[in-house]
Amino acid sequence: MRFSTFIYSIRQGFKNIGRNKMFSLASIATMAALIFLFGLFYAIVANFNHIVKSAEEGVAITVFFNEDATQDEINQIGADLKKRDDVLEVKYVSAEEAWESFQEEYFGDNKELAEGFKDDNPLAKSANYEVYLKNVESQDELVSYAENLPQVRKVRKSDAVAKTLSSVNVLLWYGSLGIMLILLGVSIFLISSTITVGVNVRSEEIAIMKYIGAKDGFVRLPFVIEGILIGLIGAVIPLVLFYFLYNKAVAYVMTKFSLLNNLVDFLPVSEVYRVLLPVGLLLGVGIGFLGSFVTIRKHLRA
Amino acid sequence: MSLIEFRDVSEVYIKGAPPAVDKLSFDIDNGEFVFITGDSGSGKSTIIKLLLRELIPTSGKISVAGMDLGTMKHRKIPMYRRKVGVVFQEFRLLEDRDIYANVAFAMRVTEAKPKIIKKKVPAALSLVGLAQKYKSYPNELSGGEQQRVAIARALINEPALLLCDEPTGNLDPSNSWEIMHLLEEANERGTTVVVVTHNQEIVNEMHKRVITLNKGVIVSDVQGGEYR
Repeated sequence: MRFSTFIYSIRQGFKNIGRNKMFSLASIATMAALIFLFGLFYAIVANFNHIVKSAEEGVAITVFFNEDATQDEINQIGADLKKRDDVLEVKYVSAEEAWESFQEEYFGDNKELAEGFKDDNPLAKSANYEVYLKNVESQDELVSYAENLPQVRKVRKSDAVAKTLSSVNVLLWYGSLGIMLILLGVSIFLISSTITVGVNVRSEEIAIMKYIGAKDGFVRLPFVIEGILIGLIGAVIPLVLFYFLYNKAVAYVMTKFSLLNNLVDFLPVSEVYRVLLPVGLLLGVGIGFLGSFVTIRKHLRA
Repeated sequence: MSLIEFRDVSEVYIKGAPPAVDKLSFDIDNGEFVFITGDSGSGKSTIIKLLLRELIPTSGKISVAGMDLGTMKHRKIPMYRRKVGVVFQEFRLLEDRDIYANVAFAMRVTEAKPKIIKKKVPAALSLVGLAQKYKSYPNELSGGEQQRVAIARALINEPALLLCDEPTGNLDPSNSWEIMHLLEEANERGTTVVVVTHNQEIVNEMHKRVITLNKGVIVSDVQGGEYR
């Protein structure tokens, strides 16, 4: 294909959008809505994942030792635990630290209530390892491993948290994937309908092109460019809008629900956009290309 | 030498229905000017559609410049159509473009160089007497002028064959004659012209070859003939 023909087709693609203003606007609006929804879902999923990940990192199992365990044996347990791939961090908590932490948790500002235990640490035999996991789903496996280590008396785990987090995580992924697939199908259908309308509106022009010897590629190109442009414009608008709205929404949630400040840490917009921007643009352009290409191909074959 | 060869060509649109054209056989030589006449439904337009390779013959063989249209592959059709100009009764111009763009469009489709397009389009518009109106849009022109634009578009790629389907059907007598003169001039320059028409006056006065159809069958084929 000649370069001048390519330029001509691009110009025609732009002109086509202008010629069918209402249809083009409807397509762009539909595409924008879809990409916006995609952005919204992605941001929710990405943030939830981030929150789950942080929570997972906070889930630990506690490994207690037999009373007669020597320091070397305790060190060996620590070393064995650290060797494992699913372990993020192993932290030794001495009996004193365990008691300190207990006092903080139960007596809060009224530490004087614990004065009675001053010289007699009730948790003297509670030195332990806090083992943090990389992935909460591997908790059961790690627990049975730890239980079988020599001189381990007891392993305490957080079943409820682990199970809830991992099942919510899986559910969220499946749910999001399902919704995104439906959105993808709907958007391809809509862009295809728009191009079909465009093709019907310009069926006379296509017929004339074919009568005077236009190759299929020549007829197809302006429509494909039109589809890509609609996809691109339809993607850029919501992505720009979403960029500003995201920051505002996060700020709003944080001020309105200040309780969440300590519990939830939202992803910064730059982090979300590292994936959302290329995927959103690709999605818009891809849907535009696919919808127009398939539709015009069908029409040319008819 | 024959440019067009029809051999026992039949076209059946609906299975079981009578054929639109029935075992037609005729030749048209290079440089000929031929009228195809007949009543509505006689099969005139079917011949044009077959020659444009819009239809494939149900049976028989059609050759144009040695190419068998029945076995022609889909991807070869554009190259074939570039050798065939076509003019319709309804002009079929692109209403959203000026007439320069309409004529240039036929060259763009063939991926001609922009330099050549710029040179040939004004010449083609001069040939049909519309050089001054190149910026006008189709709806600003009379029917006769629009048909002249259509002729300029059909001839710009210098086709070997010009097919005209009722080219004067929407025109008054004076405009009709102007159009026929343009077609005659094109024929004098070497283009083979096939005109489907039921304009009796024109057929009778031009004294060209006349093929007359009735119910899909040739009832007469006379050199210098008259409308029957």
